[in-house]
Amino acid sequence: MEGSTDSTPVEPLLALRGISKRFTGVQALAKVDLDVRAGELHVLFGENGAGKSTLINVVAGTYWPDEGTFRFGGEDIHHLPPQRARAIGISPVFQEFSLVPSLTVEENLFLGREAASGGILRVGEMRKRARALIDELGFDLDPGSRVDDLSRAHQQMAEIAKALLGRVRLLILDEPTASLTERETGRLFELIERLKRQNVGLIYVSHRMREIRALADRVSVLRDGRLIKTLDAAACTDGDLVELMTGRKIDLLYPVITHKPDRIAVDVENLTLVDGSVREVNFYAQSGEITGIAGLVGCGKSELIRAIYGLEPIAAGLIRIDGVPYEHPAPRQSLKHGIAYFPANRVAEGLALSRPVRENASMTALDLDSFAQFGVLRPGAERAAIALIMDQLKLKPPNIERIAGALSGGNRQKVMLGRALTRELTVFLFDEPSVGIDVGAKLEVYQFMKRLVEADAAVIVVSSELPEVLALSNRLYVMHHGRIATELKGEARTEQNVLASFFKEHLTAEVA
Amino acid sequence: MSTAVAASSSRPGLDLRSLAVRIGFLPALLIAVVAGMSAIDPQFYGTINILNILRNASFLAIVACGQALVIVAGGFDLSVGAVVALASVVMAKTMAATAHALPGQTTPIIVCGVAAGLGSGLAVGLVNGLCVAKLKVSGFVVTLGTMSATAGVGLMITSGIPVYGMPDVFVKGFGRAQLFGLPTAVYIALAVILVMVFVQRRTLFGRYVYAIGGNVEAAIVSGVSIQRHVVGTYAVSGLLAALTGILLTAQVGSGQASFGGDRMMLQSIAAAVIGGVSLRGGIGRIEIVSVSALFLTILGNALNLLHIDSRLQPVFLGIIMVAAVALDELSRRRRTQRV
Repeated sequence: MEGSTDSTPVEPLLALRGISKRFTGVQALAKVDLDVRAGELHVLFGENGAGKSTLINVVAGTYWPDEGTFRFGGEDIHHLPPQRARAIGISPVFQEFSLVPSLTVEENLFLGREAASGGILRVGEMRKRARALIDELGFDLDPGSRVDDLSRAHQQMAEIAKALLGRVRLLILDEPTASLTERETGRLFELIERLKRQNVGLIYVSHRMREIRALADRVSVLRDGRLIKTLDAAACTDGDLVELMTGRKIDLLYPVITHKPDRIAVDVENLTLVDGSVREVNFYAQSGEITGIAGLVGCGKSELIRAIYGLEPIAAGLIRIDGVPYEHPAPRQSLKHGIAYFPANRVAEGLALSRPVRENASMTALDLDSFAQFGVLRPGAERAAIALIMDQLKLKPPNIERIAGALSGGNRQKVMLGRALTRELTVFLFDEPSVGIDVGAKLEVYQFMKRLVEADAAVIVVSSELPEVLALSNRLYVMHHGRIATELKGEARTEQNVLASFFKEHLTAEVA
Repeated sequence: MSTAVAASSSRPGLDLRSLAVRIGFLPALLIAVVAGMSAIDPQFYGTINILNILRNASFLAIVACGQALVIVAGGFDLSVGAVVALASVVMAKTMAATAHALPGQTTPIIVCGVAAGLGSGLAVGLVNGLCVAKLKVSGFVVTLGTMSATAGVGLMITSGIPVYGMPDVFVKGFGRAQLFGLPTAVYIALAVILVMVFVQRRTLFGRYVYAIGGNVEAAIVSGVSIQRHVVGTYAVSGLLAALTGILLTAQVGSGQASFGGDRMMLQSIAAAVIGGVSLRGGIGRIEIVSVSALFLTILGNALNLLHIDSRLQPVFLGIIMVAAVALDELSRRRRTQRV
């Protein structure tokens, strides 16, 4: 930032030339060039596995490239451990949080660079600086609270605050809005504008077109570890970007789904949960249609479907599956009743990362005779069934013995979807189905739902991404503060109506 | 600069290293110790010494199998050593008592004694498992408590005096007997290992144990009943520790509260960890743990033959354990960096 005021030599803040990186058998990056100017927001766009994360890890100093030159702030950098990257002003915010859960926000902010004299912490000073920073960012965050007591959105805020503590010249944001509410996203965007004015360069990874439209100055599209093109954001259309990214034309992100609502598969009456996150909710879902549930983060929509599956304790109310009362739901019973649940957080609740794809995919079906008899597994049958399923879902690479931890977000979601194909199911509960996966993988998830619905299954989609639920659902419920605010059908399913119902609720709540 | 970076990341000698990674450090170390000892001391490969090693390795392997299962599920069992002692004295006492009631009838005496011994181990295992599963207390703390309690009960039963009075058939015809030149304990250990390998690879129980250790939340969402399987791992561990206690007792000829103990507990954890069982759960294979038990036994034997001060031996074991785990961690880190 300093000294760059004489703007005659327009050397970019970060200049990468011919960066290559190989991991065993995989060319993660091949001769990639990237310029990020001071005061610019540069979007990296590409499918999972296109090399985006490797590239930002190279910039952040986590990986050192096999080939290529790295210039930052007009200097050649020959060796860049992560600590040094931070010291020279490169600050990454990764998706996988770098916070210590058992420490407070403030302790995390200063972790590794505590203010201290002679080994004694200067607690007061750190507290003051933490508070000042959080106030400046406009986050609703208490520096004294422990990280594991925070919601994911608040953890994300703490992470961003941590990255902005100290002098930042290049900020790397990897899908920062994935767990933020609309309001918090708005805050983040304001902050980004402010940083741009302060001449900070930003690298921004996102799959969300709307954000790219709102924020980007330039977009670099990556595919298969190569830089396809760097374009001015103003001069390209969404279609251009998707086409460059996938190498094929995707006309419609959302498939045309023919809903044929049939019998009522799930019927919920006056459902209230023990923790009060869902209160007196009535709704139903028919087979042959997608029922959407929209709402802000924390409105109780996830808890609602988790309760149906048996993951949240129910205080009162009734759930009927195919007209038969379903009491005391529990995951194993739910699966037997033909109900499947796909959690939003695939790392925390979905997969055992140290175990192979095969074991993860068959996990929900091992009680079936085709997979195990009298407690003894049938490995041949298991391998054959899972290989076939993962082949249908186009797992990349198609190796079912690979451990789940080595897969990208999109492929992890495919393993989760694979579970649905291992047994007869009729009700599918999707919790934020497209969080953390790229456009190509999203499309495959949507196609998957389409096949399910057209085979007369009942699909319930809970999502914080409004365009997604609007496009997919036949009927849409909007939840607010644990209650169903409204039900929208047909033409009435518009973004305006959904937003209006949030505000209406807000107003009545404030009046009352 | 680009060429310099490219050159520095070229890989001389990589094939050799990756070969070592594939075979694993453990068999390599095992072979090194065996080869070294055979060269130094011919006594090492004498029949008596080999039988001695195999017998001791069998005891350790049986306990380590149970320990490994618990650790794979994300738990810890510190009570195994105390269970070995408890099972020993409970069996010996029961046999003595039944022999008093039914003099001369060896079959019921043996059956009652073995059943009581195994039952005591199973009981401790169930208490461990139920406390962990129902009360949600960590396995480390629960088994620390039962270790202390179990050892106390063992001492109370015997007042520290060895318990005699077992049928001769049981001691001479079983405990000290040999079949095709090998001690009976070896066959029992092999059977246990085979069954446990089968359990791990081919049964729902084994698969669910991996899943629970790998990610509890994911296992819950997948409809796996967590409590039942957690209790199961501790029950198996208790049962196997009791089995070792019985074999030891049958060999020695008396029930003693000094069997097993802290040493057995520490060695079983060492065998599991050196055998590649992750303390974070979800990873570990019984067959490697068994090899690791054999390795530890041979190492102890080697130190004895080399006349290393018995007070120094635990120091060696400690160093070897930390080094083995560090090597394993290093090789894994190198592998994951490449993936």
